[in-house]
Amino acid sequence: MLRGIGAWIPDGEKGSTLRVALFITCFNDTLFPETGRATVEVLERLGVRVDFPLEQTCCGQMHFNTGYQREAIPLVRRFVDVFKNYDAVVAPSGSCVGMVRELYPMAAELAHDKRLAADVEELAPKVFELSEFLVNKLEVTNVGAYYPHRVTYHPTCHSLRMLKVGDAPLKLLRAVDGMDLVELPEAKECCGFGGTFAVKNADTSIAMLSDKLRHVLGTEAEVCTAGDNSCLMHIGGGLKRQRAGVRAVHLAEILASEATEERK
Amino acid sequence: MEIKAPDAFSGGKTPSFEESARESLADAQLRRNLGKATQTIRAKRAVAVEEMPDWEQLREAGRALKSRTLRHLDEYLLQLEESVKRAGGQVHWARDAEEANGIIAGIAKSHEAKEVVKVKSIATDETKLNEHLESEGIEAFETDLAELIIQLAGETSSHILVPAIHKNRSEIRELFMQKLGARDLSDDPPDLANVARLYLREKFLKAKVGISGANFAVAETGTVCVVESEGNGRMCTTLPPVLVTLMGIEKVIPTWRDYEVFMQLLPRSSTAERMNPYTSFWTGVSEGDGPQEFHLVLMDNGRTEVLDDEIGRQTLNCIRCSACLNVCPVYERTGGHAYNSVYPGPIGAILTPQLVGIGKPGSDSLPYASSLCGACYEVCPVKINIPEVLIHLRGKVVRHKQDEGGIKGKLDPENVAMKAMAKTFSDRRLYEGAQRAARIGQWPLARGGAIHRLPGRLAGWTEARELRPVPEQTFREWWRSRNGSAEGPGS
Amino acid sequence: MVEVEERFGGRPGLMTSAREEILHRIRRATHDVPKDEHAEDVPVERGYRKRDEAPREEIVARFAERVAEYEATVHRVNEDDLPRAIAEACERRGIEQLVVPPGLPEGWLPDGVELLRDGVSMQLSNEELDGSDGVLTGCALGISQTGTIVLDAGEAQGRRALTLLPDYHLCVVREEQVVGLVPEAFQRLEETVKGEGRAITFISGPSATSDIELNRVEGVHGPRTLEVLIVA
Repeated sequence: MLRGIGAWIPDGEKGSTLRVALFITCFNDTLFPETGRATVEVLERLGVRVDFPLEQTCCGQMHFNTGYQREAIPLVRRFVDVFKNYDAVVAPSGSCVGMVRELYPMAAELAHDKRLAADVEELAPKVFELSEFLVNKLEVTNVGAYYPHRVTYHPTCHSLRMLKVGDAPLKLLRAVDGMDLVELPEAKECCGFGGTFAVKNADTSIAMLSDKLRHVLGTEAEVCTAGDNSCLMHIGGGLKRQRAGVRAVHLAEILASEATEERK
Repeated sequence: MEIKAPDAFSGGKTPSFEESARESLADAQLRRNLGKATQTIRAKRAVAVEEMPDWEQLREAGRALKSRTLRHLDEYLLQLEESVKRAGGQVHWARDAEEANGIIAGIAKSHEAKEVVKVKSIATDETKLNEHLESEGIEAFETDLAELIIQLAGETSSHILVPAIHKNRSEIRELFMQKLGARDLSDDPPDLANVARLYLREKFLKAKVGISGANFAVAETGTVCVVESEGNGRMCTTLPPVLVTLMGIEKVIPTWRDYEVFMQLLPRSSTAERMNPYTSFWTGVSEGDGPQEFHLVLMDNGRTEVLDDEIGRQTLNCIRCSACLNVCPVYERTGGHAYNSVYPGPIGAILTPQLVGIGKPGSDSLPYASSLCGACYEVCPVKINIPEVLIHLRGKVVRHKQDEGGIKGKLDPENVAMKAMAKTFSDRRLYEGAQRAARIGQWPLARGGAIHRLPGRLAGWTEARELRPVPEQTFREWWRSRNGSAEGPGS
Repeated sequence: MVEVEERFGGRPGLMTSAREEILHRIRRATHDVPKDEHAEDVPVERGYRKRDEAPREEIVARFAERVAEYEATVHRVNEDDLPRAIAEACERRGIEQLVVPPGLPEGWLPDGVELLRDGVSMQLSNEELDGSDGVLTGCALGISQTGTIVLDAGEAQGRRALTLLPDYHLCVVREEQVVGLVPEAFQRLEETVKGEGRAITFISGPSATSDIELNRVEGVHGPRTLEVLIVA
């Protein structure tokens, strides 16, 4: 199960020397702690020693993307200071990782701060979304999960088009024991969340959501999964309002699920 | 001069995107037409691009050529001017819409033209040329089928490439019977097209002055080109004895050979064809062939302001293909009118506010008309990073509101909330305190494991979505309890 | 230039001309560009295909196939059979008056059809062109990749209006005129543009529109029927 991991560790030793930090994101920390717990469980199961620097708060994405960019700069600095000494930073959120990797350079530029820009340049490539960390860095696809449900996967826009995680999440899902993975029609279409867009342009956001829900319901899946709880809160909130009986569950939680003792 | 439908370029206040989008979303017929149209063309484009093994190399060359041109725009425009004059054409410069309209009307009047024929040019929509000509007693006939449809209907374009995308065949039939006096007309597209052919043929043969836009103009040779499908572009640029072409200054490209890049990128991105039916290239005036008098009007109208912004500058790469509209999930639902601009969709959301300037409530809402899904950037043939520019412009809008908006800008509830949250996130103790406060503060809202209705500006969320309450334990509380210390191993 | 602008409604009386002001604005806006940077210094990587390396027969066959995909009628004929193919096409379409550009080989001209010859000094009027049944021309190039016919107002093609107003266009393309890719075409046309500066028209199928519910309809303003004879 741990094949490949040694190839990536700089000094060639097992996970114990690798300094991996969990970046939980403020959103998951407050609203979806179970996703964080699942992420820790999966990583530890694979032999990765996870560290959680408690000084972390928010990456600044909401502020930056809504235009409050001067206000986001102190948060960018904070993030860099908290995480810069790690070999890898892993987060169960495509959009927050996208913020760090793709938009921190723009923030540093805006701050006219050369040192910050240099720090960002060094740190950004070490920040990973969970599925790409597992598949591309650890080179693991089977994490030993058991999940006996019919599941459909929604690729979130930021993991798909910004981070280009490709089929990493699907590779992980295909290896889950007991799962019936069904393809989501028009999967690459945005669900309509888009951060503050969901509130500022609520009508358009809901119109986009209703098409996404129609496709999800069409699959007759019990569970809709994705790599981002923000999109899942939106999709799940819509499903719940319709009393559709379909749950929205983060990818990490599926990967953390194991067979119960009786089955083993 | 009377403007039929005011937009960002006609001065005065325009509604915000949110308000206009709400109206469009309520129109079921519009949504059906749009959904069908955008999905069809999206699928066709994917096939046309799939066929090209060197598509990414072409995109990169297109981007680089535009970047080269924009960085040295002054030199290329001077070279273009010289080339066109050498080939027998005349060149005019216009600082803004008013000046461009004045020049064009002046040319028409000097030939005593009462009627002019036009081929689809968004630049002339931007300057409101038709209204200006009308005020000078000159009638302008739109000759593109879709432009004719919306001109007859007294409407404005809702799509760069298919301006009447919001209208279906039976609506068009009605319109032609009413306005063109067509009888016994079916709603079959070939029959409808034939009515337009007969009506406009007479106009083409009579017109003394033709007016066109330009897709590209080559600095090296002065060769201007119009890319089209119907043949009305050929008519307008060939039959009238006088031709006037209005182009934005960013449309210049360096050399003749550069067409080999753009003429591969544009048709496949635009109409999803290997090549569009007709492309006309002309170099000044040709003796005995076509117009014997040619005027090229080079217009700024805000473009140098866009050029002045190092992140925004890439917006001027745009070759008006409309691929970004067709893939945009927001455009697909709201249509073009919600953008209140001649430039709709994702490209409009970044181009319009830059051309008219930040600080206008209507166009300031446009950078927010996006979920930042990135589908537009993926298809853009000249690699405009639209999400990046959208985010950059949101920053400019907020900074403008904060710095120039006076006390009202500072007391804006969003501004107050965002500043308070930023302060909270900048201090771990404040942040953890806020987490606890959220858990306690939500009790009046949470009912039976879900929040059904949020107050104030957040109410939009709960219109169609439940909100999950804040759980009993944050992740960090769990981490600390698991690791059995106040700080855990991380600190 | 200032004089012309004033005559045509430009704003006189301003201190600087529009030309000077726009150039000044551009220079100010591009202040980030280093002073010693030349336009050619901005790298343009042309990694795309420049030449179709496929065998000639394949290139010509693809041309025929792709022209036909635009709903144009395509026939492949031998040199000897060309006059007969032209006559047959005219007969099939019921052509009575055929427009003929200057320099068209006399051997191509069909019998039993009234020929409207466009002269260099005696041009046909637009009304005559509009009232005709069709036009017969050669071409400058064919592009295999896109199924495009290129006219450059040269020999056997004539001025642009000839192929625009008649409702039927019969076009003769010689196999050796067919190039593979789009860049090959622009390379070949460079001389025409830089030399006499003649107008160039790309034709890919008959006139079409997709403006009504995105249904492609052949023929709005240009010739509604395009027929192509490819000569070996």
